Amino acid sequence: MSNEATSHAAGHGHGDDHDHGVGHAVPLRILVAVAAALLLLTAITVYAAQFKFGPLEVVVAMTIATVKAALVCAYFMHLRYDKPFHAFVFISSLAFVSLFIMFAMLDAKQYAPEIELVEQQELAE
Amino acid sequence: MSTVQPAEQTTPSPDSGHDHHDHPSYLAHHFDTPQQQFDSGKLGMWLFLATEVLFFGGLFCAYALYRMKHPEIFHYAHQFLDVKWGAINTAVLIFSSFTMAWAVRNAQLGQKKLLIANLTITIACAFGFLGIKYIEYSHKFHDGLLWAGSFTADEWLEQDGDPAGAAMTTESDHSGDDHAGDDHGEGSNGDGDGAHADGDGAHADGDDAHADSHGGGHGGHGGDHGPMPKRLSVFFSIYFGMTGLHAIHVICGIVAIGWILRRAIRNEFNKNYYGAVDNVGLYWHIVDLVWIYLFPLLYLLK
Repeated sequence: MSNEATSHAAGHGHGDDHDHGVGHAVPLRILVAVAAALLLLTAITVYAAQFKFGPLEVVVAMTIATVKAALVCAYFMHLRYDKPFHAFVFISSLAFVSLFIMFAMLDAKQYAPEIELVEQQELAE
Repeated sequence: MSTVQPAEQTTPSPDSGHDHHDHPSYLAHHFDTPQQQFDSGKLGMWLFLATEVLFFGGLFCAYALYRMKHPEIFHYAHQFLDVKWGAINTAVLIFSSFTMAWAVRNAQLGQKKLLIANLTITIACAFGFLGIKYIEYSHKFHDGLLWAGSFTADEWLEQDGDPAGAAMTTESDHSGDDHAGDDHGEGSNGDGDGAHADGDGAHADGDDAHADSHGGGHGGHGGDHGPMPKRLSVFFSIYFGMTGLHAIHVICGIVAIGWILRRAIRNEFNKNYYGAVDNVGLYWHIVDLVWIYLFPLLYLLK
């Protein structure tokens, strides 16, 4: 690509990207290792789903999913090398979604007996 | 392409709003430096991704509430989702995320041929994902396993709550229609072993054979799922809501990556200007992220 002849006079926003222009290029071996880890974790979660742990099943499946999500965010989405503010924006959105779901579940639990009463009446009709 | 100018030289003079001559063609004139242009675009993308998380958050909330309230619906509905297809689609999306991340690296390093190849593979994986989703959806449409209001599966489930029956009707559907060969072959491996042994008899009868094929003696299967719970359709409302919104995002991703591919072929990117590749990549990774959670929630948890 002919553009590569251009000098890299501009764009040293970060300390460790000496010849990659405006951003940080993640080494290919790290990308390959992350992809392999993601596929391995997928195999593990499918394998683990065969067994019955009761309530722990949700914990195991969500823990593995969260490890996978963290790998994607840190390396594929460059958050590990990126400005911390981008991670802050993203994690804030996750925190607010968690808050939303927790409050909705608390509310639903609170009113569950009344809702069940109405449902039983409806089913009886 | 001229050399990239340092920041102090590309600062526009106060006299003219347009300074076309002292900055590279890829640098929009309202930015001082390529770095500023890249950082602005990327911040905007991350803000958009935050709204995407909130967008999907509503559906995850619906899932959490209904699962808490009616675990028996999720336990029973689990039999209708094929872990094999879900796992294959997970692997397809993870691989496409890898090729997309590699494509960003290619754009940064000016590896044009690899960039085009990786973007093409990413788009191919996205189509593969949608193809598998089409197979899964067509089974559910045929069996009436649809959202509340369109749900008709209770008609045959109440006669015989047998997952092998679902496989049987799926097979008879395939033999009756002009489905592609691989579609048919994979579909017959889908839901239960019982369908293989005596499925052929039901094929000739086509769709009208539901009741007969269900009476065909797969009594051994349905035992651990219990009777059909009330409002089973709620699960499929959530299933189609979540996977449907995700599939729409995959389609948008195909369009976006296609746009990047066109620009890559036209040689528009270089190491100081590849923000579009990076930002489309971020979008594609969040599509992968959503699926990383959807797969265990919908396919794995009983």
